[in-house]
Amino acid sequence: MTPVFLVRRLGLLAAALFGVSLLIFVLLRLLPGDVATIVGGVQATPEQLAVLRERLGTDRPLPVQYAEWAGGVLTGDFGRSMLNGVSVTDELARKLVVTLPLTLTAAVLAVAIAVPLGAYAALRQRAPDGAAVSALGQLGVAVPTFWMGIMLSVVFAVQLRLLPAQGFPADGWAEPGRAAASLVLPVLTLALAQAAVLLRFVRSATLEVLQADFLRTARAKGLTTGAALLRHGLRNAAMPVVSVLGIQIASLIVGAVVVEQAFSLPGVGKMLLADVGNRDLVKVQGTVLLLSGLVLVLGTVIDIVHRLADPRLRDTP
Amino acid sequence: MRLLEVEDLTVRFGDSTVVAGVRLSLGAGERLGLIGESGSGKTLTALAVAGLLPPGAAVTGSVRFEGSELLGRRERAIAPLRGAGIGFVFQEPLTALNPLMRIGAQIGEPLRIHRGLSRRAARGAAAELAARVGLPDPERIVRAYPHQLSGGQRQRVGIAIAIAARPALIVADEPTTALDVTVQAEILRLLTALVEEEGSALLFISHDLAVVAQVSRRLAVMRAGRVVEEGPTLDVLRDPREPYTRQLVAAARATSWNPQETPS
Amino acid sequence: MTGAFRSLVRSRSGLLGLALSAVVVAATLVSLVWTPYDPGAVDPRASWAPVSGAHWFGADRLGRDLFSLVLAGARTTLLVSLAATVVAAVTGTLLAAAAAVTPGWVRAAVGYGIDVLIAFPTLLLAMVLVAVHGASTLTAVLAIGLGEGFFVARVMRAEMTRVLAADYVLAARAGGAGTWRILYAHVLPNALPTLTVLLSLVMAIAVLAEAALSYLGYGVPSSTPTWGRMLHDLQTQLTIRPQVLVWPGLAIVATVLGFNLLGDGLRDAGDPKARRT
Repeated sequence: MTPVFLVRRLGLLAAALFGVSLLIFVLLRLLPGDVATIVGGVQATPEQLAVLRERLGTDRPLPVQYAEWAGGVLTGDFGRSMLNGVSVTDELARKLVVTLPLTLTAAVLAVAIAVPLGAYAALRQRAPDGAAVSALGQLGVAVPTFWMGIMLSVVFAVQLRLLPAQGFPADGWAEPGRAAASLVLPVLTLALAQAAVLLRFVRSATLEVLQADFLRTARAKGLTTGAALLRHGLRNAAMPVVSVLGIQIASLIVGAVVVEQAFSLPGVGKMLLADVGNRDLVKVQGTVLLLSGLVLVLGTVIDIVHRLADPRLRDTP
Repeated sequence: MRLLEVEDLTVRFGDSTVVAGVRLSLGAGERLGLIGESGSGKTLTALAVAGLLPPGAAVTGSVRFEGSELLGRRERAIAPLRGAGIGFVFQEPLTALNPLMRIGAQIGEPLRIHRGLSRRAARGAAAELAARVGLPDPERIVRAYPHQLSGGQRQRVGIAIAIAARPALIVADEPTTALDVTVQAEILRLLTALVEEEGSALLFISHDLAVVAQVSRRLAVMRAGRVVEEGPTLDVLRDPREPYTRQLVAAARATSWNPQETPS
Repeated sequence: MTGAFRSLVRSRSGLLGLALSAVVVAATLVSLVWTPYDPGAVDPRASWAPVSGAHWFGADRLGRDLFSLVLAGARTTLLVSLAATVVAAVTGTLLAAAAAVTPGWVRAAVGYGIDVLIAFPTLLLAMVLVAVHGASTLTAVLAIGLGEGFFVARVMRAEMTRVLAADYVLAARAGGAGTWRILYAHVLPNALPTLTVLLSLVMAIAVLAEAALSYLGYGVPSSTPTWGRMLHDLQTQLTIRPQVLVWPGLAIVATVLGFNLLGDGLRDAGDPKARRT
């Protein structure tokens, strides 16, 4: 990897973050009417509205507003809720305690499920069990995440009474066991939804490698098919899967929002949904920026990892 | 005892028979050219010899190497022979190499498999092999990846891999077809010189009569899964008995080639 | 095209996709003229009626017939998804054309813009639009359509770039054809098969997105029956009568599976390499 690439890639990330923040800001300002009327309600007097506008800072020109918001975000200040004046940064931090473990565990679990199953489906492509795994993946892609969550709840929480169906302890992680137990079904739901998509890519990447000439070369050197696959196939099959992971992050984040709603977990996603209903634009703005920023940053990290792992990419600027 | 004896070799994929009762024989240090159009079954014949056929192939007949039967062996029993007894050079030097593995590791791998060499020792041996196949700056090139090499250099790597564990037989499957004409001649010279030095036998597969004639004194012509004619190269060229061989020779002459002359 | 159609029908999964899609479209058409009950009709005596000859899927708290609601839901889902797919096709193709034929830095900028916006989750775009304009059918269609439009743009850009590099385009250019002429006469017709396959897959994604949006409570207005909204409303019954949660979910799965398999089948049918195996 050349430093030039690293600088360029980080530069592109910065540009993308700037572009996305600008897009969010502009979209949220394309309001029919103005923010103060929404916050103040229709009964507010013109005097009250003027006070509100000053307090919210919406009486100033848009570029000034954007600069102030973006400047704040850069120093870790996402502004204050338009409804109750609570710091958005504090709120996000409080909710990430639920959302981060949910998404990270689900991501790891999804890979752990999809990679062996996808490889198996490819290796046994012509056998009934291999075809069955592929079909299961195809079916899994069609199942909406929230319905998968509901059905898992029905089976494991309602019928078998193994796990809590909904919610998260009010005292958060004070009792780690209880908190973790209430995350089991949400994590499983999110992981299965992601794994179904990933499985298809692992399968096709493995199929491609199985037909690769270099695998025949490895066998011609004296390796058995299995040993050739392990020594030469795995890493080659991993490359396209890694690049798909980068794209998958967006759907992981969206999935987390839906899963939090389905299991009523007090995470960033559920908060966002409530804020959208309340039209708390400052909080919506901050949360959407955080989530989409997360997608962009993780995408860049995966891109860089992909570069490091693949010598063919390393040499292109 | 002949080095390689193939008798009644038949390869089927489902209902279609792609190799139908092929008979070939090769003594130690001998060279045999196997020629035929694409789809004639020549490549599959060579792959079948060492159990390298793609899944789904049904093979019958007999393949004896150094006196012992190879067909019907489980892969675990035949794999140790590949690389150590029979070395392969393939047609597409780019796709035949692992894109994610350094050249040195790929050249040294047969030695690690068959001689149990350490990673370090294999790397050293790989640099020597790289020098033998005429790769420039071997110490540097063993640290390179396949995409950083030219087509001709990659095929030199392929040859280095094939000779690494000093096999008694080298199978070269259209090793020059994917290369530029000027590079073709160099690779051919290198391959024949190394086979000579090593005293290995060579099974050289090509669709190009001119190339085969340059490499081997004996020739077998394949068509539609069968060997239709076999004999000393010059006899076959001067007096082709089969109509198909006559066509091949006529076609080669039509492209203004003279069998006495070595193409440059 | 008939050859492609024949091989689509001949592949088992392609046929299943065609059949499922056909059933959903048929259900939509039927629901336009007939449902067993008026999907909005409240009947206090039928509150939580079990599955029976009178109510095939049972009834909800207000005594509305669940089978009629699921049928009517097909209508909403299909129309919203279709509209979103049209939006995605138009914006995606226009963006792709802009990224494929414009010169130099414009091409690079549009290309990179597509790559960035494709990472911007559709649902977040929807949330922003809903926060500003409120939930409505239009915001749902626009959010899903624009979000998927970037996806269409990326695939179509690659496809158009491929076609633009083909020899017959070079020949046309050598013959003096201008950019518009080439786009209209060569690139679009040749990229059309890819677009068809893509739109079938986008349709499946749109159905999922519409369902999620409705489930979250920010899709079409609550008076319109949709599968996602039904699941949202019925989730309170999770512990009491979970069976009512099965049907709307199965409807979504069947629809998405149908369009996905249809798309895959169309792709394989149009690809002679895949057709043989």
